[in-house]
Amino acid sequence: METQAYVPVPPGVGIEENFLSLDDILLSQENLPCRTESSFPRLGFLEKSSEAPDIPEGTKMEMPLWLAKGLYERKRRVLSVELPKVYREGWRTVFGADPNVVDLHKMGPYYYGLGSQLLHFDSPENMEIAQAVLNTFIGRFRRTMDSSQNAFNEDTSGLVERLDCLEKALKNFNRNENYLSRVQ
Amino acid sequence: MPRNCCLHSENEAKSEGRSELIPSIKFRHCCLLRNQRCVTAYLYDRLLRIRALRWEYGSVLPAAIRFHMCAEELEWFNQYKKSLATYMRSLGGEEGLDITQDRKPPKSLYIEVRCLKDHGEFEIDDGTIILLKKNSQHFLPRWKCEQLIRQGVLEHVIS
Repeated sequence: METQAYVPVPPGVGIEENFLSLDDILLSQENLPCRTESSFPRLGFLEKSSEAPDIPEGTKMEMPLWLAKGLYERKRRVLSVELPKVYREGWRTVFGADPNVVDLHKMGPYYYGLGSQLLHFDSPENMEIAQAVLNTFIGRFRRTMDSSQNAFNEDTSGLVERLDCLEKALKNFNRNENYLSRVQ
Repeated sequence: MPRNCCLHSENEAKSEGRSELIPSIKFRHCCLLRNQRCVTAYLYDRLLRIRALRWEYGSVLPAAIRFHMCAEELEWFNQYKKSLATYMRSLGGEEGLDITQDRKPPKSLYIEVRCLKDHGEFEIDDGTIILLKKNSQHFLPRWKCEQLIRQGVLEHVIS
């Protein structure tokens, strides 16, 4: 495998996204359950369920992360963002008990990325969310790195399908590094 | 799309007494910024790939690839080639150093290669002309073959 001449823009680390990173653009496309705290005149066409010309105050809708981030203001006049299930109390306990059991790909393939971005929305549970995401990563780290010790042509789909995107990227990076260090 | 475009619309809305439109103005502005971000990231990623082409294919791009590039990208590639060439000339004393060759430490000076497709005549440093016909095998200097190997014309035969 040749040393890569094409190096795409990596995703941001922690709370800031990289503007030009394709991974972060995909991440920010994830939907979040939200509630409008003010009305949005003339945008009723976005709400397919009602025929109203405006989006009234108090509507519950799903918005992509980029829109929620753009509209959110600390003074809360415009939007309030609810936590998706995976980051709530119930699931946080499950992750705390045994992080290796969970299929992170199914729980939204961007568990770590979205978890970091959620901290923008000043939820009272921010500390707990941050802790849970961090501890899950620590708990699963060893398995992720072990799974990268396989040869290139082996079918690792059983191990890989339960990983979130960050873990998959780590695994591939590690696998390439191992290969290169052995081949030289 | 600078921030002041949105603020300008908001100020207009406020001065005309229609400040209830402001959330919708913000909404629309977010969508415009999103489109701008996607387009910019796409074009930037293309440039990163085009830059990599110089290292994979050498300084002359195959016509099939040039076909997919716009005029500005071709111009950018030319400028990048020039910058790289200037830099390489400044290394290694009088003649410069071609760093696009031998990207991994070579194990031998001459290598055995097999031709995968007809490539016509090929001249090596001492003036000899080799005919690269499909399936022919040759013992050639490594540095001459590297690019052709990367392009898929030759294949390194490891015995």
